[in-house]
Amino acid sequence: MNEIEDLKSNLKDLIIKWQETQRRVYFDVQKEDVPRVVGYIFNDLGARFIIVTGMDTPRGIEMLYHFGLDHLGKVVSVRTFIDGDRPEIESVTPIIKGAGWIEREIHDILGVNFLHHPNLKRLITADDWPEDKYPLRLRPSSGKGPEG
Amino acid sequence: MKLKLKALTKSPWVFHLNTGACNNCDIEILNVLTPKFDAERLGVLLVGSIRHADVLLVTGPVTRQAAPRLKRLYEQAPKPCFVVACGTCATSCGIFKDAYNVVGPVDKIVPVNAYIPGCPPKPEALISALVKLLGTVK
Amino acid sequence: MGNRTVIPIGPYHPLQEEPEFFRLWVEGETVVDIDVNIGYNHRGIEKLCELKTYDQIPFVVERVCGICSTSHPLAFVNAVEDLADIEIPERARYIRSIIAELERIHNHLLWVGLAGHFLGYNTVWMWAWRYREPVLDILEKITGNRQNYAMMKVGGVRRDIEDADIPDILRLVDDLVPAVDMFKGAILDDPVLHARLKGIGVLTKEEVHNYGAVGPTARASGVAVDVRRDDPYAAYDLVDWDVVTQEEGDVFAKAVVRVLELYESVKIVKECLERLKKTKGEIDVKVKEIPSGEGIGHAEAPRGEVFHYVRSDGTNRPIRHKIKSPSYTNVPTFKATVIGGTISDATITLAAVDPCYSCTERVAVVDKKTGRRRLNGEDLVRLSQEKTERIKRSMGL
Repeated sequence: MNEIEDLKSNLKDLIIKWQETQRRVYFDVQKEDVPRVVGYIFNDLGARFIIVTGMDTPRGIEMLYHFGLDHLGKVVSVRTFIDGDRPEIESVTPIIKGAGWIEREIHDILGVNFLHHPNLKRLITADDWPEDKYPLRLRPSSGKGPEG
Repeated sequence: MKLKLKALTKSPWVFHLNTGACNNCDIEILNVLTPKFDAERLGVLLVGSIRHADVLLVTGPVTRQAAPRLKRLYEQAPKPCFVVACGTCATSCGIFKDAYNVVGPVDKIVPVNAYIPGCPPKPEALISALVKLLGTVK
Repeated sequence: MGNRTVIPIGPYHPLQEEPEFFRLWVEGETVVDIDVNIGYNHRGIEKLCELKTYDQIPFVVERVCGICSTSHPLAFVNAVEDLADIEIPERARYIRSIIAELERIHNHLLWVGLAGHFLGYNTVWMWAWRYREPVLDILEKITGNRQNYAMMKVGGVRRDIEDADIPDILRLVDDLVPAVDMFKGAILDDPVLHARLKGIGVLTKEEVHNYGAVGPTARASGVAVDVRRDDPYAAYDLVDWDVVTQEEGDVFAKAVVRVLELYESVKIVKECLERLKKTKGEIDVKVKEIPSGEGIGHAEAPRGEVFHYVRSDGTNRPIRHKIKSPSYTNVPTFKATVIGGTISDATITLAAVDPCYSCTERVAVVDKKTGRRRLNGEDLVRLSQEKTERIKRSMGL
């Protein structure tokens, strides 16, 4: 049985929505379940961690955790939504060391607070970038710079 | 011509600063030093410290984080020091004009003596720019 | 416990996608901790891409990194083609692979040269870069530019390779093989390099998984991850080639992987060119509109996997474009490889992922107690070069 079937059967209570094409899998989970789901994919299935995509949408901040199941040639993406007014989510860095940087980046550009992140300091924005401006938020700060 | 300037035209020492470039200009600068172009035979030397430099060669569109450092380096350079903006990004910000973290181009931060457009400029263009720049020294 | 000294390296260096500022904490000769700061090169490309049309974005993303300037557009067009379900013509697939492999050849030669420089073999640097020039000449002949080739577009490629040019290109590629043989001999058979690089900066399989390392960095540790084989794009499933791996995970293994990959790349380019002669037809398909939806594309850059995620709302611009370059997960592995090693090995270990050059020109060793500057970047390279000399002498060379 391949990993995709394992994933479906083991996490069937947590999966809200499932989309699958030949080479890509996307599924939605609740934000509280993210550490469990991510831990299962990374540790039990042995998938390669690729990256996290964060984006601001009218539904809140959307997070996509991308994993590669390389021997199947598939990319699995776990999707969850965070409340845009109080963006908070459990960090996955304690599970995946390689996620440390991207969570810091999302903290910089979208202002998401990652709970229990070992080192949530500024990564990519300039030292003099204002604390409360997030360049990739839809509102209130977009445009050329904090002044614009 | 002052002795200092005369010496400078014979063997310009170059300090290279990347202010957020995509690396292409930087590689072409290194290429100029390697056997095919070999600018060292013309007395051009890439130096590791701005205190030794006659020419400040700047690449990149100048990001917010890099701008204060560019300014500080220019202040530390012994004068006369020529500033050369290398590549389209350094001369005009190019494709990064609308990016939120870009505050350049270079001439908004420090005075520029020569512009080398191109993305990236060919090694021949870099050498020709240097020759033209030194030609203006009288 | 000895005196802790902090060594800042950086922040600027031109040879990696993202500039970094390293701080090494050392006790005596041994590195005990490392911290990495980035952000000096942050231009906001992901946001910029939301302002550009699908036709303009390949030009933006090829300027993410000058050396991977084909891999990023390739990953982007893969993502859009995944989103919109576009099949591209066979001819375009061969041309995409040819450009991507030529890029890999010039990048690996560049790396060999810089690694040589760090070890005190400046001759290797000059030779490697000398043999890199003909590759740039080929690329200039095909694309019109030495770097930033502007070849990729959604639905195909922008320029064709003329039949009349193919013999010339084949000849230039053939001429590379003796040069690669020479580098292979210079690296694999050199006793000094064996002594200098074996067992240095070892990255284990577990750490590759933990950090998500990719490309030659992962393959040198026995993890056979290669997007070209795992999720084939362009023409990689149409031609015959092998994934190169090594088991040891040290700096030497990383060098071996890169040198052996040069042969595979030459093989791929030659086979693609031969097939291109027999494959006639269009080089692109007409793409009318991009439907709403999301797409993922990845491509194997010289340093590892480049990953692009594109979200469309049906207009002519994406609403989100996420870019992940290989160094983003390769660079943090320094925490696993540099700590416990000596300072004289730090430069080459940092360089083994793919070099940072100008950063080491601006290194300064500062005594943490007095704040006095004691060593600079040249000194660090000198330390590394002196160690090679010592090893040479002890071998009676």
